[in-house]
Amino acid sequence: MDVLYFAWVRERIGIPKEKVETNAATVMQLVEELKTREERYEVAFSDLSALRVAVDQELTDFDASLEGVREVAFFPPMTGG
Amino acid sequence: MRVVVQEEPFDFGREAQGFATGHSNMGAIVTFTGVVRDADQGGMDRMVIEHYPGMTQKALEKIAAEAVSRWNLGDVLVIHRHGELRQGDMIMMVATASRHRVNAFEAAEYLMDYLKSRAPFWKKEYTADGAEWVAAKDEDEDALSRW
Repeated sequence: MDVLYFAWVRERIGIPKEKVETNAATVMQLVEELKTREERYEVAFSDLSALRVAVDQELTDFDASLEGVREVAFFPPMTGG
Repeated sequence: MRVVVQEEPFDFGREAQGFATGHSNMGAIVTFTGVVRDADQGGMDRMVIEHYPGMTQKALEKIAAEAVSRWNLGDVLVIHRHGELRQGDMIMMVATASRHRVNAFEAAEYLMDYLKSRAPFWKKEYTADGAEWVAAKDEDEDALSRW
């Protein structure tokens, strides 16, 4: 699946987008998997209360299932308007 | 219903005029425009708004459609910019049309509250001291609870 990062999450991880092969069943499992990769992921995902997640371009929460999902995006709380 | 996400400036006068004409039986038109102000600490040179291209249009359309159905609007317009902006630039506008003004005002407030914290935009402010992401405010999240 494609994993996207925006705003300071993108800056901390250092890339806007990557392809990830995973068997993670939920967003939370994917986060745990990414955190074990490298320190920059661990830093970016250290405080999940400061993060929001969208699955296939719909806002959801970290318990969301990844079954059949093509795109997951992580970003800070939005500041539109 | 019209929802536009664009980098380039929009012509507020033309958009408002265009929106306000051509509706039958709509007694009230409300417009709101968001303008770039200085950073809280002052000295802002520019602001850059990042967004999530695949999601932004859909998220805005969903918010706008909800406003139309809840307040029985005759029409709604949302324009939101991204990219580089400077103080005084218009970031976004909403316009609502309804038979009576209460619905048009309320729907515009609803749109603004949801655009602030449910539309995938992120603002970064550049000052002489460096660049900082604008933090979401608790009160913006709290504002949603009244709807």
